[in-house]
Amino acid sequence: MKNLFIILLAIAIASCGNSKKNKGSEDKKMNIAAAGATFPLPFYNLAFKTYQEKTGNTVTYGGIGSGGGIRSLKDKIVDFGGSDAYLSDAEIQEMPYATIHIPTCMGAVVLAYNLPEVKDLKLSGEVIADIYLGKITKWNDAKIKELNPGIILPDKELTPVYRSDGSGTTFVFSDYLTKVSNDWKDNMGTGKSLKWPVGLAAKGNPGVTGTISQTPGSIGYIGSEYAFSLNIPMAQMKNSSGNFITPNTESISAAAKGDIPADTRTMITNSSAPDAYPISCFTWIILYKEQAYSNRTLAQAQATAQLLDWMLSPEAQALTTKVHYSPLPKSAVDNAKALLNSISFEGKQVLK
Amino acid sequence: MRDIIFKRLLSICCILILLISAGMIYSLVSGSLSAFGHYGFFQFIGSTEWNPHPDRETYGALSFIVGTLLTSFLALIFCIPFSLPVALFTGEFFRGKKIASFISSIIDLLAGIPSIVYGLWGFYTFRPLIIEMGVNAQGFGILTSSIILAIMIIPYASSLSGEFISMVPNELKEAAYSLGATRYEVIRSVTFPAAGSGVFASYILALGRALGETMAVTMLIGNTNNLPTSLADTGNTMASIIANQFGEADGLKLSSLIAIGLLLFLITAIINLVAKLVIKKLN
Repeated sequence: MKNLFIILLAIAIASCGNSKKNKGSEDKKMNIAAAGATFPLPFYNLAFKTYQEKTGNTVTYGGIGSGGGIRSLKDKIVDFGGSDAYLSDAEIQEMPYATIHIPTCMGAVVLAYNLPEVKDLKLSGEVIADIYLGKITKWNDAKIKELNPGIILPDKELTPVYRSDGSGTTFVFSDYLTKVSNDWKDNMGTGKSLKWPVGLAAKGNPGVTGTISQTPGSIGYIGSEYAFSLNIPMAQMKNSSGNFITPNTESISAAAKGDIPADTRTMITNSSAPDAYPISCFTWIILYKEQAYSNRTLAQAQATAQLLDWMLSPEAQALTTKVHYSPLPKSAVDNAKALLNSISFEGKQVLK
Repeated sequence: MRDIIFKRLLSICCILILLISAGMIYSLVSGSLSAFGHYGFFQFIGSTEWNPHPDRETYGALSFIVGTLLTSFLALIFCIPFSLPVALFTGEFFRGKKIASFISSIIDLLAGIPSIVYGLWGFYTFRPLIIEMGVNAQGFGILTSSIILAIMIIPYASSLSGEFISMVPNELKEAAYSLGATRYEVIRSVTFPAAGSGVFASYILALGRALGETMAVTMLIGNTNNLPTSLADTGNTMASIIANQFGEADGLKLSSLIAIGLLLFLITAIINLVAKLVIKKLN
């Protein structure tokens, strides 16, 4: 049923795209079609609505998951796809044309817990890996005590909660743990869904949050945008500099202050910046570098590039915090702008 | 002339439905070929390993097949003590009375409740009860989802079997009464033997409904990809692994999910076929 819905949606998006293609003239209001990750959906909805009010150009973004967004781009039925994970070198080879990745905003994965008697819980990556590997089963385990001096931890069973559906949140979470724990790297690895040895599974951020709130002694990872909007208890995380960092928009943005490759294809988990929250991530918009494909018009290419240019502007970036995301730091914006300038139409630069 | 058009129209509609079913089966089979080809049909069915790790990707359906069958059959067992009395009540004791139609319409109402509502009720009301009873620490699992499933299939089992029970000829029962049989004896030695296979078939149809149930079970079973060993264990079913994983799946994983879909289709088809055969035998 859901599958059918996605197919219908894809057809709808595709037909929207087609109907606009032949209308060449620049004065016409353009319709930009896109689909992909659900993680940045609240930000995109707000940003695209604001953009429409500003310019009249409409943007239709279908939240069908990162995988679906990349498939749609591959099938050339969207102007761009949204993804929480960058394309690997192998995946780039599989795309029909050269692609570029534009980061649009930042988020994080936070650890929420249900332990009413404990406030300001502090955790480290190693401890989280041990919890999810089933090595730590009680809240008063020596390893948790060591991180939380002066706090009385109850002799309660610890129940880890994870995502039952394939998810970018799981990808970011497991990427971080792979970096900080060899045990995790050997047994679990990085992926959108994993083989979990212990714990409970629930669907989506709402499912995990619901399960945590209903299960005393549980802990789970959820997207920061969801956690911030609900204001639920979140653990401070020990970062690579040894500082305990509360997840918030500043500490998440700080994670992108380190060195980022020119194509922005990198995971910024376990950032080297001293004030960075360690489980932070970009979310990307992926599109083709050469826009003259499948009978696209120059106007369509320009509208797409201008939209993305605006997404990087201070005005759009200021919208991120309104819906509990974090803005890109200046260095990342500069990187992204350089990438946008490389977009071409029949070999000529689209943005002037 | 009109007759011909009408007939044509009907046959076109019928053929269209047949084509759609054939297309569905075709896409299920073609989609699952790469999983079956990679692992082998029996290896795929017999393996409990579900590991999406990119370096050692292995998928097997056994945990989900067991989860599906276990929850469905348990639900069937749990629903008997409730649906059978209802069926006897409406089909035998108060047959044709107002109270019987009142009760059966209330029970039918249960069938109209969307499964997500059962899921919500199970998650927020029933699960804390299971935790309180000390079945397991989190309240999710095979037992929780079977009980919710049982409630969901009661109307399917009771209304059809009540129908069969009320179809038992009065002459048979009156003959038994005239021999001095009590009501219990009539039900045991006349009604059940006469309506037995019909009642059996209605339970099989209820089972078919339990097998395909997705949403409520997904919310309550715990969604852990392991072979359940006890009622308190969490697990996963075929329908809920598909619902959970298809969004971000591709390649071999997507094919494995489609293969599980095909297996689920086969299992429900076989069960429905059995029910049909039994009903046919009765008539």
